Amino acid sequence: MPQPTYAIIAKNLKKSYGKNQVLNGISLKVERGTMLALLGPNGAGKTTTVRILSTLLNFDGGTVTIEGYDVAKEGDAVRAIIGLTGQSAAVDEMLTGRENLIMMGQLYHLSKADARQRAEELLKEFNLVDAASRPLKDYSGGMRRRLDLAVSMIATPPIIFLDEPTTGLDPRSRIAMWGSINRLKESGATILLTTQYLEEADQLADQIVVIDGGKVIAEGTAKELKSTVGKDRLEIIFDNKSAYAAAQEALGSRVLEKNDKDLAVTLMINDTNKDVRSALEILADAKIHFSTMSIHKPTLDDVFLSLTGKSKHDEETA
Amino acid sequence: MTATPIKRSKLWFAISDSLIMIRRSATHIIRNTDQLLGTFFQPIMFLVLFTAVFGGAIKTEGGSYINFLMAGIIVQTLAFGSTTTAIAVATDLKKGIVDRFRSLPMSNLALLTGHVISDIFRNFISVIVMIVAGLIIGFRPNASLTDWLAFIGLVTLFTLALSWLMAIIGVVAKSVEGVQWLTFIIIFPLTFASSAFVDTSTMTSWLKIFAENQPVTHMVNAVRSLLIGTPMGSAGLWSLIWSISILIIAMPLAAYVFKRKTSN
Repeated sequence: MPQPTYAIIAKNLKKSYGKNQVLNGISLKVERGTMLALLGPNGAGKTTTVRILSTLLNFDGGTVTIEGYDVAKEGDAVRAIIGLTGQSAAVDEMLTGRENLIMMGQLYHLSKADARQRAEELLKEFNLVDAASRPLKDYSGGMRRRLDLAVSMIATPPIIFLDEPTTGLDPRSRIAMWGSINRLKESGATILLTTQYLEEADQLADQIVVIDGGKVIAEGTAKELKSTVGKDRLEIIFDNKSAYAAAQEALGSRVLEKNDKDLAVTLMINDTNKDVRSALEILADAKIHFSTMSIHKPTLDDVFLSLTGKSKHDEETA
Repeated sequence: MTATPIKRSKLWFAISDSLIMIRRSATHIIRNTDQLLGTFFQPIMFLVLFTAVFGGAIKTEGGSYINFLMAGIIVQTLAFGSTTTAIAVATDLKKGIVDRFRSLPMSNLALLTGHVISDIFRNFISVIVMIVAGLIIGFRPNASLTDWLAFIGLVTLFTLALSWLMAIIGVVAKSVEGVQWLTFIIIFPLTFASSAFVDTSTMTSWLKIFAENQPVTHMVNAVRSLLIGTPMGSAGLWSLIWSISILIIAMPLAAYVFKRKTSN
């Protein structure tokens, strides 16, 4: 029997709490051995989706299969092949790092010898050897998260769910975490990662599914998503208002956006060589002086903004 | 290395998972030094205070007040001790760790079993400490070996039943603070409106009806009879009936509310 290409298939997931419809028909597929990022603002339904996919939560409609096992009916079979790293570090505070790893390994039904050996391997890999015999009360947030990720890998499950693994981490710990996640990916695991950081999805994931309000609003590779908001842009900034005004007149319909405060105009460019040169020639011919210019690639932030109608910044201050 | 799970029967895993969780909860108890000190000193404090305060005022059959009091203090300590199961369950539920356990291929009940069983260990320590302290301040039991064995069996069953009952409260309560007062308003009247500290025949009539027909009184009377040879009557039988009934209802109910709370 040929193996299905998709390790995770969710179709039309629905979940509501009373009148509050949290998931409104989410569908997604994760190809075996790849990483999919579920990207969305707070309250989009990311954690709910992960909790359903990892058998923790009942759902009202739709189907989920993990490596062919039905999540609703074959929970035990699913739990044997998944690893989950939740938002709050799901580790035992009173136990040491090593005890946590061994205990979870045994609960994955590894033999005690295997659990011990894996624990030592992971402590090394996650740079926790020195802290291995200390209770978790003494761990920093970053160390806890690393241990949490290590725990979900103890039985080398082929499918791993990472629910906002870097939320709340400082930049250095985040980059260390990305390194660990990348190594996990290289080991061949199928990974579903949720994040509200566009950069994270961009850096790590093969495929991105953007959700908002319990619905999928876009999906594709980072490159594909970026191309939906257009090509590169040329931004030219001026020293004074008269140059800024004259430039707008000279460039006419080429101007895509203008920013009166920064005295900046943005032009859409299709052919970098031709369009940039002609824009500069127009300014030179009209004897307009500019202070700086730069070329921008569209970011996932632009995608997010154009899809959800709000930037990440808005959401954080909301 | 790529670790492969071992293959065993479902029952084997149910037992081994529970043992792992018992070990976890027991480690919590040992490392929680504040609570552990309480386990040692609270019963001694009650024993000494009650003997000193009421010993002169309360006349009891069968000799000194300490002989009468011992069974009451033991059962009271078991009852209050069982509330730590509720607190431990509620504390786990507040943290992400329950999600982690539930995402593992482990047996569902093991988490609750771990707390309940380790609770029995802690209660045993309390009871032993209390009996030793009692012997020092004048407690003189006349129990035979079979009486002691019956005592151990009865105490284990009673603690098991109460702890499963408390596990339900730990699951349904909305917060750890909620657990503390909820368990208090259940356990306090049950232990004080009982034969633990005074003879129920001295109580006002309405209270007497309650006091003489509730499980703590039956349990206290049975334990007292085993320890100092007061008449057993039907107390032992009723203790067994209460404990087994509570256990039969509370265990599946705890599993049910736990599943319901965590998967919705």
